Amino acid sequence: MASSSLSRGLLGYRVNAVGLVASAVILFWLFIALFGGQFTPYPPGEIVDFDYFGPMSGQYWLGTDYLGRDMLSRILMGARYTVGISVAAVLISCFLGVVLGMMAAVIGGWLDTCLSRFLDALNSIPSKLFGLVVVAGIGSSIPVLIGVLAVIYTPGAYRFARALAVNISTMDFVTVARARGERTPYLITQEVLPNILGPVLTDMGLRFVFIVLLLSGLSFLGLGVQPPNADWGSLVRENIGGLSFGAPAVIMPSIAIATLTIAVNLLIDNLPVRIRDRSE
Amino acid sequence: MNPQVVSLVLGRLGVAVITLVIVSFIVFAATEMLPGDIAQILLGQAATPEAVAGLREAMHLNDPAILRFLRWLGGLLQGDLGKSYANNMPVADLIGGRLANTLKLAAVTSMFAVPVALFLGITTAMYRGSLYDRAVNTLVVGVISVPEFMIATLAVLVFAVWLHWLPALSFTGDTTTLMGLLKAYAMPVITLSFVISAQMIRMTRAAVVETLKMPYAEMTLLKGASKPRIVLRHALPNAIGPIVNAVALSLSYLLGGVIIVETVFNYPGIAKLMVDAVSTRDLPLIQTCAMIFCLGYLILITIADVIAIVSNPRLRK
Amino acid sequence: MASFVEIRDLKLGAVTDSGRDIDIIKGVSFDIAEGEIVALIGESGSGKTTIAMTLMGHCRPGCYVQSGAVVVDGKDMVQLSERQRAAMRGTEVAYVPQSAAAAFNPCKRLLDQVVEVARIHKLMPMDQARAKAVELFRALALPDPETIGQRYPHQVSGGQLQRLSAAMALIGGPKLVIFDEPTTALDVTTQIEVLRAFKSVMTAGGMAGVYVSHDLAVVAQIADRIVVLRGGEVQEVGTTQQILHDAQHPYTRELLAAFHPVPHAAVAPAPQAAPVPALEVVGVTAGYGPVDASGVPHKLALRDVGCALEKGRNLGVIGESGSGKSTLARAIAGLLPPSSGSILLGGKVLAGDARQRSKDELRRLQIVFQLADTALNPARPVGDILGRPLSFYHGMKGAAREARIVELLDMVRLPAAMRHRLPGELSGGQKQRVNLARALAANPEVILCDEITSALDTVVAAAVIELLKELQRELDLSYVFISHDLSTVQAICDEVMVMFAGEKVEHLPADRIHGGAQHAYSRLLFASVPKLDTGWLDGLSRDPEFSAALARR
Repeated sequence: MASSSLSRGLLGYRVNAVGLVASAVILFWLFIALFGGQFTPYPPGEIVDFDYFGPMSGQYWLGTDYLGRDMLSRILMGARYTVGISVAAVLISCFLGVVLGMMAAVIGGWLDTCLSRFLDALNSIPSKLFGLVVVAGIGSSIPVLIGVLAVIYTPGAYRFARALAVNISTMDFVTVARARGERTPYLITQEVLPNILGPVLTDMGLRFVFIVLLLSGLSFLGLGVQPPNADWGSLVRENIGGLSFGAPAVIMPSIAIATLTIAVNLLIDNLPVRIRDRSE
Repeated sequence: MNPQVVSLVLGRLGVAVITLVIVSFIVFAATEMLPGDIAQILLGQAATPEAVAGLREAMHLNDPAILRFLRWLGGLLQGDLGKSYANNMPVADLIGGRLANTLKLAAVTSMFAVPVALFLGITTAMYRGSLYDRAVNTLVVGVISVPEFMIATLAVLVFAVWLHWLPALSFTGDTTTLMGLLKAYAMPVITLSFVISAQMIRMTRAAVVETLKMPYAEMTLLKGASKPRIVLRHALPNAIGPIVNAVALSLSYLLGGVIIVETVFNYPGIAKLMVDAVSTRDLPLIQTCAMIFCLGYLILITIADVIAIVSNPRLRK
Repeated sequence: MASFVEIRDLKLGAVTDSGRDIDIIKGVSFDIAEGEIVALIGESGSGKTTIAMTLMGHCRPGCYVQSGAVVVDGKDMVQLSERQRAAMRGTEVAYVPQSAAAAFNPCKRLLDQVVEVARIHKLMPMDQARAKAVELFRALALPDPETIGQRYPHQVSGGQLQRLSAAMALIGGPKLVIFDEPTTALDVTTQIEVLRAFKSVMTAGGMAGVYVSHDLAVVAQIADRIVVLRGGEVQEVGTTQQILHDAQHPYTRELLAAFHPVPHAAVAPAPQAAPVPALEVVGVTAGYGPVDASGVPHKLALRDVGCALEKGRNLGVIGESGSGKSTLARAIAGLLPPSSGSILLGGKVLAGDARQRSKDELRRLQIVFQLADTALNPARPVGDILGRPLSFYHGMKGAAREARIVELLDMVRLPAAMRHRLPGELSGGQKQRVNLARALAANPEVILCDEITSALDTVVAAAVIELLKELQRELDLSYVFISHDLSTVQAICDEVMVMFAGEKVEHLPADRIHGGAQHAYSRLLFASVPKLDTGWLDGLSRDPEFSAALARR
């Protein structure tokens, strides 16, 4: 009964092939988001082809869009918005959620009740709807998008972190620390946090996927990143007219989104396993 | 009925009501953030300051926000949904038929997707690790990883562009014949089913797998029971709470999915109405649509929680 | 003639988390004759349950049979197909689980689960199966045999569930019954009833049995022969009498020796003219749940409990689950402020809540918990765990702190290199030593030990007790030793306090436990502790006073 996946030891971790491929894809998009601007073959905003919805060719690798702009350049630039906004939003929401969740679990009492009730209520507004209403109210800009996405996903991160922290804070080692006379900040940072970090990072990956999907959805509805800039969702929206003849301008940004989100999901399902057994 | 069950259920309903009040406040506050003077916007740039002031007075715009919130909430409770800013029609009239359309879409999708998803979730748990399980799982991860609009565009590409079975991107409105009806509904229903099934399959499978790890599942195996018997007679009754929760949560994805699907397929439902209202900044319409969506979500989640409470054997007499 | 069960050179392997193959059963062979009860004795990791499971043709996930044969009634369980194995389960071989509470499906009625074997294998009409179940309930001395089956698992007690699980095993008329530590999770007074019921149905039915346990005294009451296992290998096989009185293998002798602890000799002489006690508990009442108008909690766990611990002496607190003994420890440590009464340390009244006690008061009173697994933060290396109380109470830093950590590890007989390890990398006994060292780091006067040896194997537990005694001599400590196990308490305590339903029912010197107890409950409790004597259980049953006390309980 040998395990079917390819496995090898790496710094005491067992890594499998799917996980390696997935992390390579994620690293690739992170690199593009940071330095993609250096590699654009044409200026992303410039009309370079007389034809619109051009096919893939040696000159335009990924075809051209509805105005005849180079799709490869636009996708490389779009990575900056999709990845950048999502990373910023996920960092804010997880930081807020985890800090509040641990506080609620360790302190308990009315703080816990109030926070949980309020954030649960926030959670019961469907995310797309919330985005729609707020963006309709104050208009779309990159800081607003980051803020809205962060607010939408904070309650989830809070619930997740709180549930984990509640489990940890009933453990005997936390009781021992309380009996020793330790204060809340120590309990949170030294006793609880190190024990929930692993699951919290995994949850952050899942949340990142949700945020990418929601951001793309909002952009697709025209409420996300505004022209002349475009993230991957906006690229699909711009070029939706090319759908009926299967233009690469519609398909390629969709593929870009799918590769990123599927890679994150696969990485989470195939995380390296720490080799736990001791040799006795 | 066990008095403990009754008090738990009542408590849950109370929580739902409180949540609804908080939600309505958030919705109200979000739409209040709109910059600019509503009266000015309504009357246009050419209006005289006196006219604007008069309208402000008539709309109670000078009252404190909390008062306007309470007035709005009171109106909602009496069925007064306000008037649309865009065309001065009562919001209730605008919404009526649209809501029915959306509910029709949701009902058809649920009738189709829920049984299929439950079947797939339970059977993959039963044959965990098999080729069948892995194939379904791969598909599920694929579907939950992509945005709804991508599934919609993919459906168009496959069924309209390549196979020419269905019309692309237009809800023709020809629902007089059965064929026309089927064609009209097919694409939105297929797309929405994919969107909601993936999560449902995943969570149902996880719930059943979790109960199969319990000692009583092993005990049943040691009594000589077959795999289907262990799953159907022992694991399922204990997994009802999480499964109902999974179904409710997945159906709530309908709300998000429907916004995209109605836009892509140009379906005359309430979500399309709301997206249009957002582009014209028609506040009363947005507020009402938002409240309908939140109410739908809360009802689903509350039903799931109540079923979980009632199905808990420890609370049985 | 071949035996009813023949296990021949059985080898099992398991795949670990990292995908590495390890051998867990390394060539085990033994026989069971028809109608014979064989006990598998061993500590955790000895493979006793794994071997018993193969008799049903079942391996837990991750385990697999490498080679060997498990022949039951002429059929080799290793070679049979899954379908053939399923046909034998419940009808030929049946299983009584360790925790009946977990082995019953919480959402089905007990009777339906008991007769399920008959339903699965179509053994008899359902009416007949239900009648047979009621008969079995009666034979197992269950209360209300006619109606108990209509209840759900959460509505009956642990001891009753364990007997119901025996009924579930016996309904199919098996020829071999496997008991997997069936009384380990029960209190001693409950254990007696369950053991008696098991013994009577097994004798009446003439079935063969396998009794898996770590407790020699329990096994001595029910088994004909004993197989001693360690690390997946058979150490010794013999009749029960042979093993108890004429053990050959050193490991068997070690197990037996752990049963006869060295009697405790007090470190400090009995105090003459009452100096101030190290710790004093005066009329403490405490509980959980909402508090009523007069400040009394809804659910009381301690009622007016008082005791005193003299300096250099040890107080044992004994009682069954729910007796309030752990609540007493929590109240003393300031984790559960009492609603009335007071706690005095060295004659000075302590605040009820730990947060209001001074650092020095906290330092002088330390608590050590039962499960070393959960008492050590799994994310921090041993050095950090021991270092924190050093910096917290004594403000130690750098090299001085490091040196003291090594010293503390040495005190609990652990190598200095251990400080770089994470708790998950230590064995159970090592974890409990670190747990103890953390309490010592504070330089305490009193240590509250809450069931600290309960989760350890007998031999390891005996070593921890020895360590506690040595530390007491070196460091002038006093212990409050909370346990449900009388022999551990006897091994270390000068005085014993018996708790029942939140109240103190008896307080007496440890050497007067046998014969000195006045209260009916403490006599029952002391008499219920199994003895290494094959006739103990039968002798008790003949004792009218004992039976009456058991019935009253």
